[in-house]
Order: sequence, then structure tokens, then C-alpha cells
Amino acid sequence: MMQNYYLAIPLAPLFAAILAGLFGRLIGRVGAHSVTILGVGISFVLSLVVLNEQIGGAATYNAPVYTWLVSDGLSMQIGFLVDHLTALMMVVVTFVSLMVHVYTIGYMHDDPGYQRFFSYISLFTFAMLMLVMSNNFLQLFFGWEAVGLVSYLLIGFWFTKPSAIFANMKAFLVNRVGDFGFLLGIAGVVYYTGSLDYLAAFKAAPAIAQHSMVILDGNSWNAITVICVCLFIGAMGKSAQVPLHVWLPDSMEGPTPISALIHAATMVTAGIFMVARMSPLFELSDAALGFVMVIGATTALFMGFLGIVNNDIKRVVAYSTLSQLGYMTVALGASAYGAGIFHLMTHAFFKALLFLGAGSVIIAMHHEQDMRRMGGLRKYLPITYWTSLIGALALIGFPGFSGFFSKDALIDSVGLSHAPGAGYAQFCVTAGVYITAFYTFRMIFMTFHGQERMDHHTREHLHESPWVVTLPLVLLAIPSVFVGWFTVGPVLFGHWFDGVIYVAERHNVLGELAHEYTGQMGFVVEAFKAPALYLAAAGVASAWYLYLKNPALTDRIAAVMAPVIRVLDNKYWFDWFNENVLARGARALGRLFWKVGDEIVVDGVLVNGSARSVGWLAAVVRHVQSGYLYHYAFAMIIGLAAMLAWLLARA
Amino acid sequence: MITLPHFLVLSGILFSIAVAGIFLNRKNVIVLLMCIELMLLAVNFNFVAFSRWWGDVAGQAFVFFILTVAAAESAIGLAILVVLFRERKSINVENLDTMRG
Repeated sequence: MMQNYYLAIPLAPLFAAILAGLFGRLIGRVGAHSVTILGVGISFVLSLVVLNEQIGGAATYNAPVYTWLVSDGLSMQIGFLVDHLTALMMVVVTFVSLMVHVYTIGYMHDDPGYQRFFSYISLFTFAMLMLVMSNNFLQLFFGWEAVGLVSYLLIGFWFTKPSAIFANMKAFLVNRVGDFGFLLGIAGVVYYTGSLDYLAAFKAAPAIAQHSMVILDGNSWNAITVICVCLFIGAMGKSAQVPLHVWLPDSMEGPTPISALIHAATMVTAGIFMVARMSPLFELSDAALGFVMVIGATTALFMGFLGIVNNDIKRVVAYSTLSQLGYMTVALGASAYGAGIFHLMTHAFFKALLFLGAGSVIIAMHHEQDMRRMGGLRKYLPITYWTSLIGALALIGFPGFSGFFSKDALIDSVGLSHAPGAGYAQFCVTAGVYITAFYTFRMIFMTFHGQERMDHHTREHLHESPWVVTLPLVLLAIPSVFVGWFTVGPVLFGHWFDGVIYVAERHNVLGELAHEYTGQMGFVVEAFKAPALYLAAAGVASAWYLYLKNPALTDRIAAVMAPVIRVLDNKYWFDWFNENVLARGARALGRLFWKVGDEIVVDGVLVNGSARSVGWLAAVVRHVQSGYLYHYAFAMIIGLAAMLAWLLARA
Repeated sequence: MITLPHFLVLSGILFSIAVAGIFLNRKNVIVLLMCIELMLLAVNFNFVAFSRWWGDVAGQAFVFFILTVAAAESAIGLAILVVLFRERKSINVENLDTMRG
């Protein structure tokens, strides 16, 4: 009975995706969005039921549904593990997905690929639910690849646009790098435990930690460290951590609704979810945790800088997403998995809100994304303005908003951590608060305040977006404000993740924080004693001064800081390095194999060479064939005589 | 007394003349055909001589078969020659090199 509706949760969107995708022409535009919204709606309602059961103290459900194949004792199954973590993720995924479905009706209104788009986002919901509900590594990997596929399809949704095709290829290739590590990690787990099941792997984890692996000769590594680092490389690809982050800003070539759903709220957090899920493995390796923390901290700070120099409204939000993913990763590295997941949840709401708000601005501006041609939109788009402002305040951690609780808890837990790299990480996340506030409010001020810089024609047509666009904004704004207030106690400092996420006693920074926790108000008061809040306020103030009060100063600063700006404009040359060293190197190597290996050795010597030597031999031999009968007759007789002579000589 | 070796030597001489004829002849296809006939006759000589020597008539029976086959072969050869002449207006061996590689 229970199993049936667990099954219905991922299958409803899958069914809707098939209907909208294969029979889209038959059921029409209204049919396509009705059926997919219905599918995701069913998932959302059932997810709420599941969450309610879990809150009510229902036992963890863990059972296989279907055995795909058994090979050499390794059983490959589809199965569900439904516990507190899963239930939380399911509600977040289906809620944001539902909002995005509704929003899409407005955003994609005139697009010829309407049904295709709905089919893809429903398929994405299915894949993401399979990922989070999985109870084994195989299904996790299936969901992992399936969300990657849909991401690829959606980035290249406008497939006639060359930049979109470049971006989706880039996303696909960069993710392959991560997936390779991920697959190696899974292979490591299977090698040491002989099972793909989560619980079997977790049970065997301390035993794995006894093994060591020799990778390069002379260097011996603990097996669990190798496995965790490999798994985390997978997370780096999917969750866009340095240096595998390069695909995420480019993924903004896709339509805005999927930027909100896939590249901000859900898919990119799959890596965070996975690491939290694998906490019993990661807890055994301090080296892997240190690695996670340093990578996350680097992403959190340095990707934030890029948000400052960008003028494309969607890309600013994209860099902000990168930076926030870095924050979550830092929390994982500090063993504050709960804080990472909590930030994931609040971030899903307010970042989806910011993206959809940006999308609403883009609709109003007739698909203009450059913030230098916006400004003063507040009075034309009041609902979009207020909801975006709420999203921005939540993002920078305004006291009482959801982002405030998650980010402050995260920074505090990093401060308490003693993992390797914790000092660096603490600096990065604290400085990141100022940067976050600065670029977020730079975006708000450049878009909604100040001079109206758009052309006359656009200004005449400015109007608020239709209700299908603004309703999701309002519905996302509500949790962006309140979800932190109501969940910080039970989820973060309560016992919500007990038995789901395992934290070693010596790493338990959230437990330490929980001792000091005295309720939401106490938390807010505490925050006034920490630097983060003042840094955020300073960020907003400097954005206000530089972009509204005294814009002339901005240019002067830009002139003084020209070398720094140049580094940022080139995005630290990551793209340059990938394109000119890795891609060009690979192409040069390929050309070497093509020109030398294939054309000269294989074609030249082996294939054409043998044919040519046969031809040469024939050219010599053909002179023997004179065409005169008497020559042939003579040859026959000579031959006969020779054979007879040979026979006689032998006898 | 004429003995077996005399016959064999005569046969050898005839065969050699035929080979030389095939070889030296550069003008006329009819001569070629005649040379082939001469070779067969040389072989017939051997058959008859050995038949007599062994006291076995089977060899002489073979000679009749060979004569019959040789007659048929000459008929076909001459027929080809006629067609060839119609086609080429020549029976000169030097010109017949279409099989040249």
C-alpha cells in the first residue's frame, strides 16, 4: 500500500512527460500544460503526505521495488529509501517544479516548442525524484545521468541558437568529467562491499577505512578517502564547484524557467544532497572533508566576485548560485550536513524566486537581459519588484528571512570546525557575505531603481507580467520569508536528521551550536554580535552608494582597479584554459592520431601500401604476358620439360 | 633391324620439329594448326611403337581415338580461323596479341 504511492510520486510526472512529449500535437498546448501540471501536482501533494507521515514519526521505508538483474551476486535494483532527508528533498523539488510549471505557461507563451518544454521539465521532475528517493547507488547514478540529460536538452532548447548549442555541449562535457569520478567512486564502493545498496555500504564503511590503495607508486591512500574524493568529484561536476563550474554560467542560454528549476533550485543541489546522503562514508575521512571544504570555500568567494562584474541579469544570479553552492559545500566539509541541506532548502526557494523574477523582467523587456539597458522598473513591475526584493533580502541574510537562518548557522558551524582548511573556509564564507550583498543589490538597483535606460519603444510596452507568472513569484516569496523561521529549530537544531545523517562525535559542530540555541529570537539577537550581518549591511550600502548615489565613482574605481577587473572579466581564465589548453590539446592529439596514426600508418602503409605493392608486382609481371600464343606454348613446353627433368632427377 | 629406340627417336624428332614450327612461325596460323597435328602424330607414333613392343593392342586403339579427336580439333580450329579472318582480314600471328597484359 505504502509502496504504491511512493511509486506514484515519480511516475506521475513521467507519465505526464510521455503524454506531453509524444502526443503533444494531439493534446495541444492547453492539454500539454494541464497534464504536466496535474502530474507534478499529484507528486507534490503525495510528497506533502509523505513529509507529514515522517513528521508524525513514520518509520524509515527502505525496500526494493523491482530487481533489474543479478550478476555474480551483485544485485541491481530499483528501490526507495524514504526518510526525513528524502521527504524534505521531495517536497522542495516538487514544490519548485510545480511553481515553474505554472510560470512556464506565461514565459513560454509564444514559443513553438511549448509542448516539448513541458515534457522536458516533467521528465526532469521524474529524474530528480528517482535520484533523491533512491536506496542504492545504481538508481542514484541513473537519476544523476537522467537529470544531466534533461539539463542538456533544456540548455539547448533553442537549438537554432549557436551559443545555446555551445553551452549545452559544454555542460554535457564538463559533467562527463565529474561523472567519471563519480562512477569510479561507485566502483570503489562495489569493489569493497560487493553491494550497491546504501545501507550495506554504510555498514561496511568502517571496514573499508582499514584498507589502503596504492594509486601512484609509492603513495598509499586510505580507500575511503579515495572513494569519497571520487564521489565528491561527481558532486563537483553536478553542483558546479571550481574547477568544474564553467558550465553553469553558460547554461543561462536556456529558457529562464529551467534556469530556476534545474540550474538553481534542484539539479545543481544533487551533489550536495549526495554528499549529505553519503555522510557515513565522508565522516571517516578527514582528508576528503578538508578537500570538500577548500573547494567549496574557493567557489563561494571567487565565484561571488564574478557576479560583481557581470551585466547580464541572469548571469549575475547564476554566479550567485555558484557562490551559494560553495557555501553548502563548505558546510558539508565542516560536517555540518544539516546546515548544508537546510541552506539547500531555503536557497531553492529564494533562488528560484530570484530567477523567476529575473525572467519576469526579461519578459517585460522583450527578452533584453543586459542590466545596463534597464533601470527604474519598480513602478512598471510592482509585484516582480517586491518579490525579487524579498528574494534578494533572503539571499543576503536579512534577519528573520529564511536565508538568514541557514547562512548564519552555516558560518557559525564553519567557525567551530577543526577540519583541515577551516580557517581559510571561514574567511571565504565571511567575506562572501559582503560580496553576496553587494552583487545582489547591485542587480536590484540597476534593474529596478535609478534612471530608465531602456529605449523609447520598450518603455511604452512595459507592463506587469500575467498572473501565471506573478502567482509563482508570490507563492515562492512566502517560503523565502518564513520557511527559515519555522524550520530552523526542528530541522537544524532538533533531531530531524538523527539516524539519517551520521556525524562523528568529534566533528559534531551543529550539536555544539544546538546547545547555544535558544529559539528564533535568540538566534536573531546573537547575529547582531557577529560580523556577518554588518558585512551584509555594508554590501548593500556600498551597492547603493556606487550604483545609485554616485555612479561616477564606479567608473573611477573601475579605472583604478583595471587589472583586477580584467581578471574578473576573463573569469580567471578558466574558459580560456579549457578551450585553449584542454580542448585544443585534445584536438591536437586527435589530429596527430588522424594525420600520422590513421592517414600515414593505417591508410598509407597498411591499407594502401599493401594494395600498392600488389599493383607494383602486377605491373612487373604483366610484361610476361605478351599476348602471343607461341610464347604461351613455349612456356608450357619449357615448363613441362622442367617438370619432367625434376621428376627424373628426383628418381 | 629397326628397334623401339628408332621409333622413339623418330617420334622425338617429329615432336621437336612441331615445337620449332610453333615457335619460329610468325606469319601463319594455319602452320600453327599443322604443327599441333604433327605433335599429335608424334605421340601416335609412340603409342604404336609401345603397343607393338608390349604386344598389347590397347595402344593402337588409343591411336584411333586420338586421330578422331585430332580431326575434330582441326575442324574447329579451321572454323575459328575462318571467323578470325572475316573479323580481322588477316591470319598473321604477329597481329593476334589482344591478350597482351
